Amino acid sequence: MIAQAAQMAAAPGGFVPPEVAWFALTPLIIVISAGVLGVLVEAFVPANRRRVVQVIMAMAALAAAFAVIVWQGVSWFGEGGSGGVVVLGGVLQLDGVALLFQGLVVLMAFFALAVVIDRTSTKQDAFSPSAASIPGSEYEELARRLGLVQTEVYPLLMFAISGMMIFPAAGDLLTMFIALEVLSLPLYVLSGMARRRRLLSQEASFKYFVLGAFASAVFLFGAALLYGYSGSVKISEITTMASTVVGGGAPDHWELLWLVGILMVISGLLFKVGAVPFQAWTPDVYQGAPTPITGFMAACTKIAAFGALLRLIYAGGFSGTPDMLEAVRIALWVVAIATMIVGTVVGATQTDMKRMLGYSSIAHAGFVLVGILSFNGAGIKAVIFYLLAYGMATVGAFAVITLVRETGPGGEVLGEATHLGQWAGLGKRSPWLAGCFSVFLLSFAGIPLTAGFIAKFSAFSAAVEGTEVLGNATVLAVIGVLASAVAVFFYIRVIVIMFFMSPAETVVESVVETVDVAVLEPVVVGVGQGVANAAHTSVVVATGAPAVVVVRSEGPSAVTITVMAVGILVLGIFPAPVLDLIARMTGIG
Amino acid sequence: MIDAAWLLIAIPLVGAAVLLLAGRRANAWGHWLGVIASGASFVVAALVLIAMLGREASDRVVDVHLFDWLNAGPLNVEAGLRIDPLSLTFVLLVTFVGTLIHIYSVAYMEHDADRRRFFAYLNLFVAAMLLLVLADSYLLLFVGWEGVGLASYLLIGFWNHVPANATAAKKAFIVNRVADVGMIVALMLMFNTFGALDFSTVLTAAPGMADGGKLTAIALMLLVAACGKSAQFPLQSWLGDAMAGPTPVSALIHAATMVTAGVYLVVRSGPIFTGAPNALLVTAIVGAITLLFGAIVGCAKDDIKKALAASTMSQIGYMMLAAGLGPIGYAFAIFHLLTHGFFKAGMFLGAGSVMHGMDDSVNMRGFGALSKFMKVTWITFGFGWLAILGIPPFSGFWSKDKIIEAAFAADGGHGWQPWVFGSVALVGAGITAFYMSRLFFMTFHGDKRWAQELSDGSELPVRHPHESPALMIWPMIILAVGSAGLGGVLAIGGGFTTWLEPVTGPVAHHEPVLPVAVIMVVTLVLVLVGAFLAWRQYAASAVPVEPPVGSALTRAARVDLYQDAVNENLLMRPGQYLTRSLVYTDKKVVDGAFMGLAGVLAVIGSGVKRMQNGFVRSYAAMMLAGFLVLVVIVLFVWN
Repeated sequence: MIAQAAQMAAAPGGFVPPEVAWFALTPLIIVISAGVLGVLVEAFVPANRRRVVQVIMAMAALAAAFAVIVWQGVSWFGEGGSGGVVVLGGVLQLDGVALLFQGLVVLMAFFALAVVIDRTSTKQDAFSPSAASIPGSEYEELARRLGLVQTEVYPLLMFAISGMMIFPAAGDLLTMFIALEVLSLPLYVLSGMARRRRLLSQEASFKYFVLGAFASAVFLFGAALLYGYSGSVKISEITTMASTVVGGGAPDHWELLWLVGILMVISGLLFKVGAVPFQAWTPDVYQGAPTPITGFMAACTKIAAFGALLRLIYAGGFSGTPDMLEAVRIALWVVAIATMIVGTVVGATQTDMKRMLGYSSIAHAGFVLVGILSFNGAGIKAVIFYLLAYGMATVGAFAVITLVRETGPGGEVLGEATHLGQWAGLGKRSPWLAGCFSVFLLSFAGIPLTAGFIAKFSAFSAAVEGTEVLGNATVLAVIGVLASAVAVFFYIRVIVIMFFMSPAETVVESVVETVDVAVLEPVVVGVGQGVANAAHTSVVVATGAPAVVVVRSEGPSAVTITVMAVGILVLGIFPAPVLDLIARMTGIG
Repeated sequence: MIDAAWLLIAIPLVGAAVLLLAGRRANAWGHWLGVIASGASFVVAALVLIAMLGREASDRVVDVHLFDWLNAGPLNVEAGLRIDPLSLTFVLLVTFVGTLIHIYSVAYMEHDADRRRFFAYLNLFVAAMLLLVLADSYLLLFVGWEGVGLASYLLIGFWNHVPANATAAKKAFIVNRVADVGMIVALMLMFNTFGALDFSTVLTAAPGMADGGKLTAIALMLLVAACGKSAQFPLQSWLGDAMAGPTPVSALIHAATMVTAGVYLVVRSGPIFTGAPNALLVTAIVGAITLLFGAIVGCAKDDIKKALAASTMSQIGYMMLAAGLGPIGYAFAIFHLLTHGFFKAGMFLGAGSVMHGMDDSVNMRGFGALSKFMKVTWITFGFGWLAILGIPPFSGFWSKDKIIEAAFAADGGHGWQPWVFGSVALVGAGITAFYMSRLFFMTFHGDKRWAQELSDGSELPVRHPHESPALMIWPMIILAVGSAGLGGVLAIGGGFTTWLEPVTGPVAHHEPVLPVAVIMVVTLVLVLVGAFLAWRQYAASAVPVEPPVGSALTRAARVDLYQDAVNENLLMRPGQYLTRSLVYTDKKVVDGAFMGLAGVLAVIGSGVKRMQNGFVRSYAAMMLAGFLVLVVIVLFVWN
């Protein structure tokens, strides 16, 4: 019977059921199902139990997905493994690199989620009780008094994560575009859900959405041009086409079509990465979004987007012609140099912790690009290790920020104390927290004995090594080292503030002026003016900054911070096992 | 069992971590955790020993692979442990004596507010010391080497609220850094020569080396490292000051274990040294100088701990001398190290017990006649005293006599070496007998001087000497038993040297220039003469409470033969001037340039920041413009 059915199906003109490698898709299915089920939970589970159910389901889904990814890794890359699977006729390329990226995304998302679920000793999460309410309205006040919780956060996160898992594995531009949208849309919403400084948050959300839509359009237009050029949306086929057509001499029409197309697609990805000139949204959104979400997207979005970029550029294993790679290389060189310089130089002038980390993430995007621009195997490995080191430090650092809060005149705990000056003396009051934060900053700065050092070292040395065809990227590595040196300044400055300055030097408590903070939101709305003025502020806060307190974590955040700090030190001292794992999975010796 | 040897290091390391991290919560039970961690490590060591004894002698060198540590291009270092008779001897010494001292410290440090931290550091030390001796590569050894240095630094300065103690800790730290440079250079030379840093590669390749110059350089650099750690001339100045640490620390680290790490290093690197006869000769000379140096200093010190420290220096000089004699001496160096570990630790604990009874006084001129008040301390200390004198059948006799014999057979018994080294060792034994007896008699015999009037009319504080609590006495008793019997037991039929053979090779046949019986008799006579002189001066006649002016040599010996003055004028002052000029350059030139650059960056930064104006429309415009610029640049540069 079955054989007959198969024959019938195979008949010309008949329907051919596609082969689906279900095992390969399992992690993805788990995460997406958790999102879909989460939506049903919103509909059917009583409000007071929703949060518990959502949290457990989300954590379990990520843990299960990670377990399956490990299992896949073992069975595909262990002894006699197949070395990867192509799903649905090349829509998803689940090779070693993709699997590593998926594992990285899920792992970082798990720990970022731990920060999201932590309500701290204030018993309030980072999200508005009713995100749809108008800020300052009676309805909002009512929602707050009733203690409503927006548990939609969890399914949104699950969808975003599933998009991030598809992104680095996508084998064609349409899949990549869909993944881009699936991961972006929930993030736009999440960015606007902050409990405090809601106008700032909503503004961030709106900016992110508009600019993100613009970038998506650019990506899609580029994909259309490439389709027009090659007649396919598959990355491998576009590459093949390009390597036959693009030859020496001045670019003719077809080559221009290809060139503009590929640059537009890359630009769309660079937007997600936060590279100059597509970085403008980063500081504003990082500052406005709820801090746990900022940590999540800073780590996971960047990982996923670099995964996609890597796939696009390296697809088919460097099969493009030298000319083609050369074009991409020139564009990315410009972007990398600009990104490193803007990220570090502007970062050095920031006075807000979240904005500073925003610029830091821009600078790191530049450093990762240096690794990509090595165009060799060592570069691929370096990029993966770099993203691991960067992701750990980022998730940990934003987790720390969620715990350092301002207090109101009555001693009630308010939002995060994000001004640098407010962190003065933290080393004395919470030595462990400040110590962990220092570890994250040192890793960002690339100081030896932290994972960040190994990451930078491997990325830059891969760039110096270069390739025979395209030459090396020593210039980039030199600029990268110089930029790192400048960046060290603003990371170390925070450590100095935490450990060697007393709060009295920076913060003058004043009850009268703390009232200002409560009505700060409308003031900050025009970030334009706010930032223009901020150009004149120094590190030291003026009078009127409210008192600062460190709230206790409920547990998950503390675990995240500890695991990340320890992980960074362990990776800094014993990187060999992870480097070996990456070498084995990528198949690059 | 041998595969579980990593537990040896892991247990005390976990102990230290728990004690440091648990904070005040652990104050109530922390010290017992420390004792248990050290004790458990000893039990593991004993089990490993049993497993080892069950093997053929040729099968007693076991490398236990732990994990791949560094994989950097041509440098591949695997972290692993080498279990062989040499490392196992050390492990047993460290864990056994270490455990006793842990127990002793429970009582000794009872009234110290920071007892938990003290035990944490002790555990840390035990872990680091075991890592040092168990490492199977020079690089891992270096980790332990730095670890014991750190623990030593922390413990010397344990009472760092007294500035002098903090200074002493700093001194030890700095002198040891000098030695570390030697170690690092040795590592680099080794990697350059052999392309590896693990014992099995390096020590196997070393004897076949045609180029003796490189081997000599490596050996000399290792010797520099050993001199720093083992307080050998000319890097010995820190050991006396290190006595600022609590007495159990002096017993464990600065007498029994850490300071002998230099001897371990030389013996472990035997194949390198054997291949470099000149380096061996330098080692022997360093040992000979130090053994006399320490002995002379010991004669003049009135501080009981500093006198013991000088004696430690001198005894390690003996070990260095033995190691410098090459294959005829390696085994005896370790043998003396082992017996010395017991009797010197015992005597330090005795000194601690005396201090405990005498309100922490260390001035021997204020002691006297304590034998009547502290019977157990007196007897156990007496055992240690007899052992270090080398009176048969006490431990020291068996090991020291062998070294003197070997010294008389140096260089195959030809030329000047046997006579010089032999005589130095012989004379050293006599001086040792004098100063140790002086110490013993001044403390325990003669008149009691703790209630006398000083010349300026003030009275010495009244003291109430009493015996120490059981927790302190039992470790002393056990160590005293070791001081009495260990040497004899291990010397039966050359048992210990045979045990070490898989590492040091069999003790080469050697023919002293004098008959063995003559050497033995002369040694004993000199020892008795030394002891008799001390008895006449410090027990039979009254000891002045205030130190007499003394001869020029005595005065020189009191200030460590001007070692500090030499260091200060030769090294410290020029160093300070150099630093000052560098600081000046740094402030004026480097900082100036840097601040200028920072200013420029700030200007650029705020310029770029102005583009970050918060308006979506300008952001979008920026993206579009940026993209167009990219396309133009690519078109322009491409081809």
